[in-house]
Amino acid sequence: MAVQENISRRHVEALLRDNEDGILGRWVQISNEPLRGRAVENDTRKELQEIYHAFLRSMEDPDGASELRGLLSDLSRSRARQGFTPSETAMAVFGLKEAVYEFVETDGGEEALRGFIWLSRTIDGLGLYTFESFTAAREKIITDQTEQLLELSTPVVKLWEGIVAVPLVGTLDSARTQVVMEKLLQTLVDTGSEYAVIDITGVPAVDTQVAQHLLKTVMAARLMGANCVISGIRPQIAHTIVTLGIEFGDIVTKATLADALSYALRQSGVQVAGMRPGRAAVRAEEA
Amino acid sequence: MDRVPILKIGDVLIVSIQGDLDDQSVLTLQEDLADRVVATGAIGVIIDITAVEIVDSFVGRMLSTIAGMSRMLDAETIVVGMRPAVAITLVELGLSLGGLRTALDLEKGVALLSRHGTQGTSDLSAVGL
Amino acid sequence: MSHPPAPRTVEELTITSNDEVVTVRQKVRATAIELGFSLVDQTKVVTAASELARNTLVHAGGGQANITIVQNGARRGIRLVFSDNGPGIPDRQLALTDGWSSGGGLGLGLSGSRRLMDEFVLESEPGRGTVVTVTKWTR
Repeated sequence: MAVQENISRRHVEALLRDNEDGILGRWVQISNEPLRGRAVENDTRKELQEIYHAFLRSMEDPDGASELRGLLSDLSRSRARQGFTPSETAMAVFGLKEAVYEFVETDGGEEALRGFIWLSRTIDGLGLYTFESFTAAREKIITDQTEQLLELSTPVVKLWEGIVAVPLVGTLDSARTQVVMEKLLQTLVDTGSEYAVIDITGVPAVDTQVAQHLLKTVMAARLMGANCVISGIRPQIAHTIVTLGIEFGDIVTKATLADALSYALRQSGVQVAGMRPGRAAVRAEEA
Repeated sequence: MDRVPILKIGDVLIVSIQGDLDDQSVLTLQEDLADRVVATGAIGVIIDITAVEIVDSFVGRMLSTIAGMSRMLDAETIVVGMRPAVAITLVELGLSLGGLRTALDLEKGVALLSRHGTQGTSDLSAVGL
Repeated sequence: MSHPPAPRTVEELTITSNDEVVTVRQKVRATAIELGFSLVDQTKVVTAASELARNTLVHAGGGQANITIVQNGARRGIRLVFSDNGPGIPDRQLALTDGWSSGGGLGLGLSGSRRLMDEFVLESEPGRGTVVTVTKWTR
C-alpha cells in the first residue's frame, strides 16, 4: 500500500515538474479570477511561482516544509493587510488543485488519479495553514489598531505652567482609562506639573470599574505629590456614581473645565483679575 | 550591608535611596534617620525615591513610620520623586500611605518645607509669640 | 496544527534570607522585561513577587520560588510559584482579607498581590505548608 502510494506520489511530482508553465499559468488565472483586478497578475505570478517551487522542494526533502510555510504566512499576511477576505486568500492555495486536475485529466492514468488524491490532501493541509496564518495576521492588525486608537484618543494638554489636562471623549473602558491614567501621571513627572484636570464632559457614561480607575488615578497622583481635579461630570454620571455607592471622598470635582482651571490657578497662587468676557489679565504671584 | 547616606542641608535631612534595598537595610535606615533627627534638631526630612523601582508594603510601612516618628520629634517628612508606575502599584496594593506628604521632585519638596516653615512662624506671631 | 508550547521554567530560587528576596525581585523583573510587559505591569509583578517572597521567609522561615513563562494563544505570561513547608494557613478566607496579619506586617501581602496579578491560587494545609501560584498575562 505504502509502495503504491509512493509510486503515485512520484507520478504527480513528475507531472508538476514537467508541466510547470502550464499549471502555474492556470493557477495564477484561477486565483486572480475572484479578485477582479484587485491584484496585479505579475505580482501574483511571482508569489505563486515561489510557493510552487517551495512545494516541489518540500516533496523531495521534508525539511523544505518550513520554507513553504514561511512563504504561505507571508502570502496570508500581505493579503490580510490588503483587505482580502479569508476565502479569497485560501482560494489562492486551493486553486492549485483545480489547475493540476486539468493536467491529471489529460494524463488520464490510474497512477495520476491516485497521486492526485494524495496531492489534494496535502493542499488541504496547506490551505488550512494559510487560513490560520490569515486569522493570526488579522488579529495582529486589530490589536495594533486598538493600540494606535488608544494613543490617539488620549491627548494630555498643558493648560498653564504647572497645570495639565486630559479631555476625555467617548466611551471609557477599563483598558483606555488605564492608558489615560499612566499617560497623565507620566506627563506630571515630565512637565513638573502639580495640578491635573481630568475633564469627562465628553463621556456619556461610566461604570463601576471606570469610576474606580479614575479614583485610583487621583490617589496615585497624590502619592506622587500632585493634585487632580475632575471636571464636567454630567448629572447622569453623578447619579450613577452615587447609586453605585462609589465613595469619591475628598476628591475635588468642578462643573466645567473653566471652573477646574480657575480652581487650580488659585491653588497654585496665580491671581486672575478683570474677568470680563473674552478678556482676562493674569498675574502670577511671585513666591 | 549597604547603609543609606543621610545628608544635612540647613535644617533639613535629605536621604536619597538608590537601588534595591533588602529589608534589613530598610530597618537600619529607619533607625538611623530617627537618631539623626534627634541629634541635629532637623525640622524637615526629605526622602528621595526617584531611583526606586518598586515600593512594596514593607518599604511603604517604613515611609509611614519615619513620617510618624519625625512628626513626634517635630520634623515634617516629605517623600519626593515617586515614579508613576510605583504610585499606581501602591494604590492597587491597597497602601494609601495616609499622613505622608509628597512632592514631585526634590526642588518642590524643599519649597514645600520652607513654605511650612514660614507659615509656622506667622502662626506663632499671630498669637503674640 | 500549532500546539501551545509547554510552560518553561526559567528560574528556581531558594528563599532563606533577605538577600534572596532581593534576588527573587531582580530575576522576576528580568523575566518580565524579556516578556515585554509594560513598565507599570513590570512594577506590579515585581511588587507582588516581593510581597510573596517575604511572606515565605517570614511565615515559614524560608521556601522556594519558581519563575515560569506560560503561553495562552498569542498571549504570554509570567507564572510565579512560592512554596514552603511552614505551618500553613488555617483560614484561607481570613488570610486574604485586607489588614489581617500574623507576621506583624500591614496584612497586604496576600490580598495585595492578588490585586496586582491576573490569577491567584492559594493552596495550604495546616502543618504541611503553603503554595501560592500567581500569573500575569501580557496585554
